[in-house]
Amino acid sequence: MSSTAPASSHTRTEPALVRSLLIGTALLFLGLFLFVPLAAVFAQALEKGWDAYLAAIREPDALAAVKLTLITAAISVPVNLVFGVAAAWAIAKFEFRGKQLLITLIDLPFSVSPVISGLIYVLLFGLQGWVGPWLQEHDLKIIFAVPGIVLATVFVTFPFVARELIPLMEAQGKDEEEAAITLGASGFQTFWRVTLPNIKWGLLYGVILCNARAMGEFGAVSVVSGHIRGSTNTIPLHVEILYNEYNYAAAFAVASLLALLALVTLAAKSFVEWRMRETS
Amino acid sequence: MSIEIVNVNKAFGSFTALSDVNLTVPSGELTALLGPSGSGKTTLLRIIAGLETPDAGSIRFDGQETTDCHVRERQVGFVFQHYALFRHMTVEENVAFGLTVKPRKERPSKKAIRERVHELLRLVQLEGLADRYPSQLSGGQRQRVALARALAVEPKVLLLDEPFGALDAKVRVELRRWLRRLHDEIHVTSVFVTHDQEEALEVADRIVVMNRGRIEQAGTPAEVYDRPANPFVFDFLGSVNIFHCRAEQGQTRGAAPELAVGYVRSHDIEVERIRSEDAVEAEVRHIQAVGPAVRVELLVRGTGKTVEAELSRDGAERLALGAGETVYARPRKMQTFVGDYQI
Repeated sequence: MSSTAPASSHTRTEPALVRSLLIGTALLFLGLFLFVPLAAVFAQALEKGWDAYLAAIREPDALAAVKLTLITAAISVPVNLVFGVAAAWAIAKFEFRGKQLLITLIDLPFSVSPVISGLIYVLLFGLQGWVGPWLQEHDLKIIFAVPGIVLATVFVTFPFVARELIPLMEAQGKDEEEAAITLGASGFQTFWRVTLPNIKWGLLYGVILCNARAMGEFGAVSVVSGHIRGSTNTIPLHVEILYNEYNYAAAFAVASLLALLALVTLAAKSFVEWRMRETS
Repeated sequence: MSIEIVNVNKAFGSFTALSDVNLTVPSGELTALLGPSGSGKTTLLRIIAGLETPDAGSIRFDGQETTDCHVRERQVGFVFQHYALFRHMTVEENVAFGLTVKPRKERPSKKAIRERVHELLRLVQLEGLADRYPSQLSGGQRQRVALARALAVEPKVLLLDEPFGALDAKVRVELRRWLRRLHDEIHVTSVFVTHDQEEALEVADRIVVMNRGRIEQAGTPAEVYDRPANPFVFDFLGSVNIFHCRAEQGQTRGAAPELAVGYVRSHDIEVERIRSEDAVEAEVRHIQAVGPAVRVELLVRGTGKTVEAELSRDGAERLALGAGETVYARPRKMQTFVGDYQI
């Protein structure tokens, strides 16, 4: 009778040796590529002491970089939030021609190299670009100025919210929305009271990812920024400048801000994932 | 409120869902749209609700043209197969939803809404569950909440899309009887879709049998069961056995030459040990007790075809049949059809 019990547990798990080998390998990998570099950033940042660390961060150019990063994120994330929700809504709840094309276009920023993402804006809005002369006439600066940086960041963080929401909304179907409409709700009421509460954790997850990328983007922003100290540098760009001047302690000090952002993002993600599991 | 469906056509790409459908649903009646998958019954229901638009034809509510009316102006209550309850709202909030989205002028006070919700919950026998979430309810309870929610806005028409399809057999039977009683109390014009003929026969005032986008027959349960218009309806509503017979002075008799095809229900086949007129000789192939009845599979001599007779438990015991024995099967009631339908 009870002899069947150990046999079934044996068939469902690996032997202890294999298990510890697999977990050990995963931990080693994580350790080498994640923990050690992260620890190194903080170690190097504090190498010259706490005062030097604070001085590096309070330096005017560094503060300007922080401010620009925050402004860029503050614009890109809401824009992509609205776009992502609208696109996911259309794709998940409706049938229309060109739907597959829209889905492919949404994935485009993922498949394009960040440098190219930046280059397209230079080709469009730069002095030799299509719209360049017109902009010059009206004294509007996009490339090598803040608007260009925001544009490039919006492009690069395009897909995050939409990709998170589309499978979620498709899985949820449109029954609830149809029910709301038969009960007399308007389009807005249906969205606000039925759809939005159902997607809130997926939405938050997408926003967290979008924000992390918006603040940390290097390639695309580097191409359009022009690297003008004090005005068109984001935190990643500023770190590069400091490093190129052999000012390692300051470079790592500023980089530690991004590392902190990564840790906060990770914590927020885990929390949201936990909540998503709870409510589903 | 009566519903008129006039010349409705609907296709999805190359698939024809509805083809020239004409139907009148009388006010206050409980009508069933019965048919196999793909027959168009759900499409027709959704067109009545306004969730789909017909390619051609019109829908009229009480004689008034409603085809171009938006869903929310039609005042229909819709109950979905998978309940479609708002998962993040409590039962009370779900049922109150239709009332809380009304424009300010028409919206009742919070107190009035709460009273109405509790009145409805009492009607569907779910009092005390007002603060639960849908995930905490059983399937039968969820469907009753869905019904209460649909009734909250006092719809002129109630539409149900295979409302009991997702429930256990026993709960299904309980709930459909309960729906019938509810309808007797409330008298809202109701249309429900089902592929279960037993459900339709038990619950509906009128049954509309559909197949491949067309209406095969519309009538009372008795009409549709006892006087089916064609072999499809005969087959869909109950068991079918085919007897080949020859016509003689207007009457059909069981014998050899194939001149006409007769359709007989399993429970209309009498199994006897003595040969009589109209009976065919057959060999007992298989005997199966199924709940309160006994099904006997018979191989008809000469034609090589099998028929299945349904006997009561007592009847089967009295005959004491064994496999391989020779008996005589006599159809008590037979129907023949003209036309080229094949089963």
